[in-house]
Amino acid sequence: MLNSTLSELAGALARGSISSVELTRLCLERIARLNGVLNAFITVDAERSLREARAADERRAAGRAGPLTGIPLAHKDIYCTRGMLTTCGSRMLANFVSPYDAHVVERFAAAGTVLLGKTNMDEFAMGSSNETSYFGPAKNPWDTAHVPGGSSGGSAAAVAARLAPAATGTDTGGSIRQPAAFTGVCGLKPTYGVVSRYGMIAFASSLDQGGPMARCAEDLALLMNAMAGHDARDSTSLERATEDYSRELSAPLAGLRIGLPREYFGAGIAPEVLARVREAIAWFEAHGARLVELDLPNSRLAVPVYYVIAPAEASSNLSRFDGVRYGHRARGYADLADMYCRTRAEGFGAEVKRRILIGTYVLSHGYYDAYYLQAQKVRRLIARDFAEAFERCDLIMGPTAPSTAFALGANRDDPVQRYLNDIFTIPAPLAGLPALSIPCGFDAAGLPVGLQLTGKHFAEARLLGAAHRYQQATDWHRRVPAATPL
Amino acid sequence: MSWEIVVGIETHAQLATRSKIFSGAATAFGAAPNTQASAVDIALPGVLPVLNGAAVECAIRFGIAVGGTINRRSVFARKNYFYPDLPKGYQISQYELPVVAGGSISLAVGDLQKIVRLTRAHLEEDAGKSLHEDFHGMTGIDLNRAGTPLLEIVSEPELRGAAEAVAYARAMHALVRWIGICDGNMQEGSFRCDANVSVRRAGDAALGTRCEIKNLNSFRFMEQAIAYEARRQIEILEGGGRIEQETRLFDPERNETRSMRSKEEAHDYRYFPDPDLLPLVLNEQDIDRIRSQMPELPEAMRERFMRDYELPKEMAQAITSSRETAEDFEAFWGHLLKLTANCDRIQGAQAANWVMMQIGAALNKSGLTITQVPISPLDRATLVSRIIDGTISHRAAGEVLGAMWSGEGTADAIIERRGLQQISDAGAIEQLVADVLAANPKSVGEFRAGKDKALNALVGQVMKASRGKANPAQVNALLRRKLLG
Repeated sequence: MLNSTLSELAGALARGSISSVELTRLCLERIARLNGVLNAFITVDAERSLREARAADERRAAGRAGPLTGIPLAHKDIYCTRGMLTTCGSRMLANFVSPYDAHVVERFAAAGTVLLGKTNMDEFAMGSSNETSYFGPAKNPWDTAHVPGGSSGGSAAAVAARLAPAATGTDTGGSIRQPAAFTGVCGLKPTYGVVSRYGMIAFASSLDQGGPMARCAEDLALLMNAMAGHDARDSTSLERATEDYSRELSAPLAGLRIGLPREYFGAGIAPEVLARVREAIAWFEAHGARLVELDLPNSRLAVPVYYVIAPAEASSNLSRFDGVRYGHRARGYADLADMYCRTRAEGFGAEVKRRILIGTYVLSHGYYDAYYLQAQKVRRLIARDFAEAFERCDLIMGPTAPSTAFALGANRDDPVQRYLNDIFTIPAPLAGLPALSIPCGFDAAGLPVGLQLTGKHFAEARLLGAAHRYQQATDWHRRVPAATPL
Repeated sequence: MSWEIVVGIETHAQLATRSKIFSGAATAFGAAPNTQASAVDIALPGVLPVLNGAAVECAIRFGIAVGGTINRRSVFARKNYFYPDLPKGYQISQYELPVVAGGSISLAVGDLQKIVRLTRAHLEEDAGKSLHEDFHGMTGIDLNRAGTPLLEIVSEPELRGAAEAVAYARAMHALVRWIGICDGNMQEGSFRCDANVSVRRAGDAALGTRCEIKNLNSFRFMEQAIAYEARRQIEILEGGGRIEQETRLFDPERNETRSMRSKEEAHDYRYFPDPDLLPLVLNEQDIDRIRSQMPELPEAMRERFMRDYELPKEMAQAITSSRETAEDFEAFWGHLLKLTANCDRIQGAQAANWVMMQIGAALNKSGLTITQVPISPLDRATLVSRIIDGTISHRAAGEVLGAMWSGEGTADAIIERRGLQQISDAGAIEQLVADVLAANPKSVGEFRAGKDKALNALVGQVMKASRGKANPAQVNALLRRKLLG
């Protein structure tokens, strides 16, 4: 049962072959057994989960069940959950119990899902290894000496190790897709504005986007049907007709034009990653897709642009964590300035401080034009590259990350090297585009490789359709991690 | 050596919207601390701002009223700084692209009208309040005011001295109230000004170094602060010193300005466009709709009163000092025209002026405002019509007005009850005149001997004999005819 996909579990619940309470218990037991090793969850509230599961079973008995009613899932600890700790992986919010629910949390609650708990993450979503979490890193279920990726590493580890059939994540520069790739699960970063950011603690507002993580594309579609939609409380949330993200799951691959940017297949990519990705692309070609070589000339600037814009927005977004109204406040201080300094020095970890410093610098008087404004200009060039590329192809494929999951502690003292790990995931959010990572094989060490599919705005259903066809023919997404056998 | 004082004013007008600029919380003044602060106002993690359209409408009304450019696209920016009553650690304001650019306002400086150009007006949110008094060794934070919509209106440095600056502030105060975007309550902080003050030698083209005086919340303080600050700067310059650019605070108890922070200590606000808010894009239909709903502006109304009603300038000025007064006058005047179809305009204006003076005096005495006058415009018009048609004298009218004010009824009822009708019956007056002439041969003699003043004594006698009810104009004319005829 635990190895079933969310879609299969939904079927089982509908048929009555399992109750939500039974399914929730299975998940809670597995969390109890494995979370000590994986550290995927920061908070688990079994009583609350079972209460919600009972309510879901009653709802089903009353004939009011929806497609997700009774499905247990986990929320990344960046989503505010009423009455539950919402830490964002930081000491700053280690004591913060949210008085309100994020839009995404409300949506899933309305759909009748069961909240298993809150998953581990890099502090304030800043990191790609989960090692910046105040609560210690989550571990990769394929090899616990390796990172699960980040920042949504806890969600990825939980889904990969079958602690939860699905989880939410957020993606700013790859925080859904890179951990999905590192743990052999699927993750979708939707078009900017499709999922409301209300109640999702902000890292970089113009890039942040919530999205689902699950074991297959079909499940992501189901989850998107619940998550997406306009929310008047987020001014950047788009007003669009409701769409069914499952509608293209059986669309044929014949005639699909797959763009292959030369920049995504160059130097610096682990040979095994490149080999698996090429094999997957060959499968698509063999099944009717047409390959189109193209260029994204400005994509080489994506990482530097991102590391100006994201820290700039973050430095401002994180100003509210000042110890005045909630969260951590230093115990002793001499005056107001001292309270701010001590509170923020104690409350934030090194990576968060680094980015606040970078962001403050690039927005400073005399530097704004040279850094922030320039970065915004280049950002538009990157978006234009994609727009031109999508005149010649329907979607773009390439590796999600240049390597498989690295070892815990690798490059700890070399942040720039770490930032380069996001080289393929950063362009899509800079252009506001949807992008998806699915597993496409393993390296010799048994670590998963991710294939990234990027589409034009609102092409989520198209991406999910292509991914689903591939997953009907492959079983990478069905493999159970070595370190967490069933 | 003479000095020229140069002042520019930044005004923060709190917009009269029911809810805040980026949240649904109420904006009412005086609620218990933190009871009108929503999740957005206290900046909980994860919350986002949503722009209140009513605040934008206020800004557009202002832009139309001052003849400024209403930017079809403007941008909200974050102004970053730390302070305990600034919950997000940044204020959402507008920086490079404000909603209104340019425009001007006309103000009376002595007998002259002066046009002062505006630089810009932009939308922003207010901060909360720090309460230092109520807590021993601690500071309380009240976030009720956080997120209240403000329009910051910036003038060009075109004001010359404290008096002009105050005239500007008064004109601006009247205008924002006139167009209904701000209640103008200065005690509650709904309308507050900062003054940028510099001085230069008369004839110099370049501006001197300026100092900004923060948070002037009364016209009197503004006048005192600017006068003090100009004196201070002149003394420094005349002593061979230099003005340091700085921000200063006015201390009304000591009637002086004090340094708050120097240029070196000035914040680097790290402005950048707020990624949580889309650019504010205005379409023509919305602007046209708002334009069509604009009230007639005071200047246009003043000119119309002078042209159509032939009111003297001072009176037109007084009537248009506030929209309430003007609307009250229009109602009164409308009734008066209906009641006295064939009276001449001059006579009407005089009578209207008289009743307005009386009401003005009564308001001053009672401390009431124009909207609280206990006599309706119709009743006032009826009273004036009784002066014009000769039913009562001005003197009797004063008595009637007093009785109306204390609720004794309509003008006609009071005239009737108190028997205040003038005697305009020619026969009755002729009899009185004949009696008085017969009884006062001495005055008659004096008048005939060329002593014009003697007539006044005779008029007085007739009025006395009529117990004040004879029509004085008629008495005057009749006496002259008898004496000279």
